[in-house]
Amino acid sequence: MTTFLGMPTAPSGVGMLRGEKPFPAAARDALADAQLRRNIGAATNTIRAKRAAVVQEVPDWEELREAGRAIKAATMRELDRHLEHLEAEVTARGGTVHWASDANDANDIVRRIVEAAGAHQVVKVKSMATQEIGLNEALEAAGITAYETDLAELIVQLAHDRPSHILVPAIHFNRAEIREIFLAAMPGVDPGLVDDPAHLAEAARTYLRRKFLTAKVAISGANFAVAETGTLAVVESEGNGRMCLTLPETLITVMGIEKLVPTWQDVEVFLQLLPRSSTGERMNPYTSMWTGVTPGDGPQAFHLVLLDNGRTAVLADDVGREALHCIRCSACLNVCPVYERTGGHAYGSVYPGPIGAILSPQLTGVNENPASASLPYASSLCGACYDVCPVKIDIPSILIHLRARHVEEARTEHALPTPEALAMAAASWVMSDSGRWARAQRGSRLGRRLARRGSIGRLPPPLSRWTAARDAPVPPKETFREWWTANEE
Amino acid sequence: MRIALFATCLVDTLFPDVAKATVRLLRRLGHDVDFPLQQTCCGQMHVNTGYQREALPLVRNYVETFKPYDAVVAPSGSCVGSVRHQHAMVARRAGDEELAMRAERVAARTYELSELLVDVLGVEDVGAEYPHRVTYHPTCHSMRMLRVHDKPLRLLRNVRGMDLVELPGADVCCGFGGTFAIKNSDVSTAMLSDKMSNVLLTRAEVCTAGDSSCLMHIGGGLSRLRSGVRTVHIAEILASSADRS
Repeated sequence: MTTFLGMPTAPSGVGMLRGEKPFPAAARDALADAQLRRNIGAATNTIRAKRAAVVQEVPDWEELREAGRAIKAATMRELDRHLEHLEAEVTARGGTVHWASDANDANDIVRRIVEAAGAHQVVKVKSMATQEIGLNEALEAAGITAYETDLAELIVQLAHDRPSHILVPAIHFNRAEIREIFLAAMPGVDPGLVDDPAHLAEAARTYLRRKFLTAKVAISGANFAVAETGTLAVVESEGNGRMCLTLPETLITVMGIEKLVPTWQDVEVFLQLLPRSSTGERMNPYTSMWTGVTPGDGPQAFHLVLLDNGRTAVLADDVGREALHCIRCSACLNVCPVYERTGGHAYGSVYPGPIGAILSPQLTGVNENPASASLPYASSLCGACYDVCPVKIDIPSILIHLRARHVEEARTEHALPTPEALAMAAASWVMSDSGRWARAQRGSRLGRRLARRGSIGRLPPPLSRWTAARDAPVPPKETFREWWTANEE
Repeated sequence: MRIALFATCLVDTLFPDVAKATVRLLRRLGHDVDFPLQQTCCGQMHVNTGYQREALPLVRNYVETFKPYDAVVAPSGSCVGSVRHQHAMVARRAGDEELAMRAERVAARTYELSELLVDVLGVEDVGAEYPHRVTYHPTCHSMRMLRVHDKPLRLLRNVRGMDLVELPGADVCCGFGGTFAIKNSDVSTAMLSDKMSNVLLTRAEVCTAGDSSCLMHIGGGLSRLRSGVRTVHIAEILASSADRS
């Protein structure tokens, strides 16, 4: 006889995935910042146009997208098997693989490796996974200083700010603001620094070069891990990542488990999709790949930390799991009319924009906190994100699915329905019968009394949020149904 | 061919002229149109707000109402998008596979107005006359869920006497998004103000679209600004003739 203990539940993610405020409140703060809106509007419009131009020139773009989607879907179905294959290959080539169930676990693993190497400073390659787990803060608490070496990440770090975009974390700053940040926080900076891009980059270059040459430990993320050979890959624009990946003695890579691809043939598809979708380039300037440890060449110790942090829980949702297909190109952010106006901080998570709105709440649990629960609603469902996604993640459908999860979970958690739930149930009852519906329509004519000069300028809450900026239409004397019945029946 | 008009709950209640124009237009083209009184709402508001369980009776009612017809036409890209992309999903989620299959069959015969005219009836010149300066906003769901492409524009370009001007940033959402306009009213308003700026740049007298919901949003903003620009559904423009406009 067997006892059914229920389905195993995966742990939810911890780390930098939750905001302090629900999206509407955080967005209101961001909308009040006119400079922020100008900066982000200008930047996203530029990248959007670049992407559109380089995507247009690929005749088989739609087939590539479909291939990307299919590879990801097939990989996710057997992710457990592929991960063990990856572990075996990395280990066979001299690397060490660590399994981290959540952010705290991953931070502990990395800290212990850095301490064992006797290092007090580490250099970092731009990485979303380490932002997600709050690695810099965890290392700092252990007396280890982490230096971001990606120019935009460096700007954000020196400003004591948080990234606001997946690809361009400092998108919310303009050149003048970056100059101010460097002057205030970059040790040894030229006080005569001017705000043109070449001079700003040169200042960062001079500052970072010393770090590359002295650091004993580097920490990276990964764009891909190829299971068949245990090879890791990072694509980047600046070459600073390659400095980190080749100069220090010890290399630690923190990678979300969904970044795995089974074969090299799969990588070929993504290396075509990713640069055009993210930076709007035909090809990224640097693609670094490394396989275990090579004696006398590059880092002599390599550690791979495989991060779950809620991903297994996402995999358990048969609709929502598509969010794990994301290759972090950020094309969806750049076309999103909501992101363009609020910026990334309003989403409260290191993953902002449309992909963040479906990924963050799934990693934390949709109803775990008010900020996560608000994210699936942070979209007008215009669908621009779905059109540009290089792996065809149906973001609008997943948003709707997560809204349903939010409502269903709230139903089981609370004894009393919310006013919204009551209104929706009432509307459903009325509209499931045309007789009831016709009577309700006649009732709407009461709204005619609110009309002034042909429109309604003020309605009671929650519709007052409509009339704050828009007039409402005056109900007509006769509905279409009434007109039809009188004239046609 | 038996064509049924699905007026949509919004047009039926608040914008009856749009439904009347749809009937007038199709009759002028020689087609018989019926308005089955059993109809109510497609249930999109429920689905998009997370209340799929509450949407189920509305899906069932839609399928029952429109099952007997050869074609169903709605003056809304958004509602047709819901019928085509959500109805079967709602039924399946509720475990009603039989309803899901019937919903798929009715959805396959449900058309947005420009689709019915161009794809099914094979008309691009509906013989309309509308002597005004007009700009066209392609609504998100007609553009991205239904892929109507330039069908509405092909119809509009054949309207006599009309000065059709291109809307800058046309493919960007107006910020309506159903309950989004209430739940995230500040972001919605920010999107609306950019859409209105673009409409005003065209110096058009009329902003048209294929969805009364988006037009209610854009028009509500333009009216608050006392801009003098009117919003008119594309069905009303296509139904206009020399003696009626």
